[in-house]
Amino acid sequence: MAPTVLTQTQSQTQPPPADRSCVLQGYDPDGFFCEMMRRGQPPHPGLELLRSRLAQFPIETLRRRAVDAERDLLERGITFTVYSDATAIDRILPFDLIPRVITAPEWQQIETGVIQRVRALNMFLHDIYHAGKILADRIIPRELVQGNGAYCETMVGFEVPHNTYVHICGTDIIRDETGRFMVLEDNARTPSGVSYVVENRHMTQRVLSDLMAGMKVRGVDEYGLRLHKALVEISPPAVQDPQVVLLSPGIFNSAYFEHVFLAREMGVPLVEGQDLVVENHRVFMRTTAGLAPVHTIYRRLNDDALDPDVFNPDSMLGVRGLIEAWRRGNVAIANAVGTGVADDKAVYAYMPRIIRYYLAEDPILPNVETHICAEPDALAYTLDHLPELVVKPVAESGGYGLIIGPHATRAQLDDFRARLIANPSNYISQPTLKLSVCPTLTDDGVAPRHVDLRPFAVTGRDTWVLPGGLTRVALRAGTLVVNSSQGGGTKDTWVLA
Amino acid sequence: MSETLPISGTMRLIARHAASAVWLARYIERIDNVARMLDVTKTFTHDDSDWLSILRINGDATDFLKRYPEVSHDNVARFYLLDADNPSSVQAAIAAAKENARTLRAVISTEMWLQINVFHSRIRALSTADLAPDRMSAVCAMLKEGAQAHVGISEGTFYRDQCWHFTMIGRYLERADQTTRLLDTRFNALVPPVGAGDADIDAGKWHALLRAAGGYHAYRREHPHGYRPVEVAGFLVANTAFPRSVALNLSQIEWHLTQLRLRYHLRGGARALERLDNLCASLTYEGVGDFVARGLSPFLDWVQREIAALHDDVIQGLCGG
Repeated sequence: MAPTVLTQTQSQTQPPPADRSCVLQGYDPDGFFCEMMRRGQPPHPGLELLRSRLAQFPIETLRRRAVDAERDLLERGITFTVYSDATAIDRILPFDLIPRVITAPEWQQIETGVIQRVRALNMFLHDIYHAGKILADRIIPRELVQGNGAYCETMVGFEVPHNTYVHICGTDIIRDETGRFMVLEDNARTPSGVSYVVENRHMTQRVLSDLMAGMKVRGVDEYGLRLHKALVEISPPAVQDPQVVLLSPGIFNSAYFEHVFLAREMGVPLVEGQDLVVENHRVFMRTTAGLAPVHTIYRRLNDDALDPDVFNPDSMLGVRGLIEAWRRGNVAIANAVGTGVADDKAVYAYMPRIIRYYLAEDPILPNVETHICAEPDALAYTLDHLPELVVKPVAESGGYGLIIGPHATRAQLDDFRARLIANPSNYISQPTLKLSVCPTLTDDGVAPRHVDLRPFAVTGRDTWVLPGGLTRVALRAGTLVVNSSQGGGTKDTWVLA
Repeated sequence: MSETLPISGTMRLIARHAASAVWLARYIERIDNVARMLDVTKTFTHDDSDWLSILRINGDATDFLKRYPEVSHDNVARFYLLDADNPSSVQAAIAAAKENARTLRAVISTEMWLQINVFHSRIRALSTADLAPDRMSAVCAMLKEGAQAHVGISEGTFYRDQCWHFTMIGRYLERADQTTRLLDTRFNALVPPVGAGDADIDAGKWHALLRAAGGYHAYRREHPHGYRPVEVAGFLVANTAFPRSVALNLSQIEWHLTQLRLRYHLRGGARALERLDNLCASLTYEGVGDFVARGLSPFLDWVQREIAALHDDVIQGLCGG
């Protein structure tokens, strides 16, 4: 999922440092909150140690190791594959060696905040597919939920084990210029990226162990075990030793490496739709010894590809009869179908209210301040502050028809104002954000680059959050877009014990 | 206090993955064979008819002549080393090997994947410059070493589960097949006319044939007194110690199929085992002697067809068709 805020006034570019300079020499995060320098925060022994090491670390050494790391990633095939003209090209996600650090108290907030959010998402999904109390109480407009493209009629009245719908959740978190964490987006469908969290750590251990020595960094190797445990917890209760499989669209999928990674970490078969078959409403896999039962499917297919009987009849990737087998309780599917309604941009705006409604708690991680233009006050505010705001349509097709106030011309603003007044409930507005930065190796030396964070939460009976997360970094100066397709890279994320 | 350990061998293998394992091994082995054949032909022969015989071994002559004006070192080398449109080329083989390895990536060892990945980039990087006669040996050495590294890395890192057995079956199928092809194309041209004496044996060509099979020194130790056609054929077909003899490879396949039955209770291998029994019974020194007297080619054609049928038996019986 793309981060939705796309603008930033160009930051000052750093002058190219001398050849023999060290990593943090002359580094200036400008007016942004820097995850490494943390101006204005009390000293932290771990960070001090890391900074002092970086202060003596020659940039040329770092550059050399970056080249090693890149070659290593390619050779290991830690890649996403782009298929064009029948040739497969393996591309790596650029990896920046300078880690992003999260302190223990910060992690405490993220972890509890994510757990709270996942609880609320699951309660929301259970409610909207059952009694719909939140709709009856008019906390969120019925139309926004039931008219949503990701709302799934099939799920109505259907019970899922432990009332868990979102078994794997990736929450996109950013920090503003004061260092405050805010949720930018929930990814409750089939979030990807966790393989890079683990592989980035292994890479750091291989090429930058001297930087890491003696630092108390929490491990990330537990993910596969935790995921498998959760998937076992949701399997049909009568089954003694449930068979878990990972269902992938196949080797042509750009996230195929991650599917391999997860299957391997869990020690379960990596299957495609053609390997599974439903007989008597039970799911089997085609093995060398014949059909063997399957009890839990961690699927990395979209909802509409899962079962041609229920969804897109043309999809070749899914399994005919799977949904009916699921409805009869003979197999578990993670994530559940129809979770997309909970991570929708429009529903996002209501998340703080959703959390308060179900949990009677304030959100531990706030949303980015969001004005729902369907509400008169918010509309008035948005119209008054249009040149400062990002205004986005809430309709599903993301990114289309949004306006970035500070970058828009007078005429564009006037035109947009008219559209907004004509159909206010189609829009939300947010302030233009100043994302936090991390020192990052660039062609011009080490410079500040904007980052976000995607922690991964795994939920079976309970929720567990991997102590780490995917830090994506916008490698181009000034840009806030951290997507891999737009020149984004990743960093190892160190959660300090 | 004792704990019950799970019995190994309960892990299931997806049928499609078993087929990929067979193919992965076959394609890697094919690279080894192509390299050995090019290398030997370049080193030990001096006329273009030998280049034509390589094309015949692989059944490629027709396809080749459609696209290349003449049979020459340059063209044949290009056809096998650079031409991705030629399904017998190392380019096509490594691409197919990598696709199968990608499919199996969660099953094979990470070391195996890494090596195939790097080997793939090396082969992809071959260019016209590598076709030069003085580069050929180095290129062939790189190819053989890459294929052998795969074998060695598998030996050292591949968990001995079902998938390993299928990989081994693929490797031995390919070796057996290649040896029959090699013998078939070269043998008749080398056998002296009836009534000719030992003096008419072209030692150089027999030498090249055994080199191409990677069995020259072993043959020397077994038969130190020169070349007799029936002994060469017997060595390549029926010897039970030479790693590329047809008989040895088929007996290895039999062992792996039996393991799959005993350890994993796979019932689908019965047809393959039956065919193997039948085939192996014919692959003795005595049997080969009879066929040499009656004409080896029809016999080798039959063996090749049986090996192909054996491959199909394995895929259809055990790998979901």
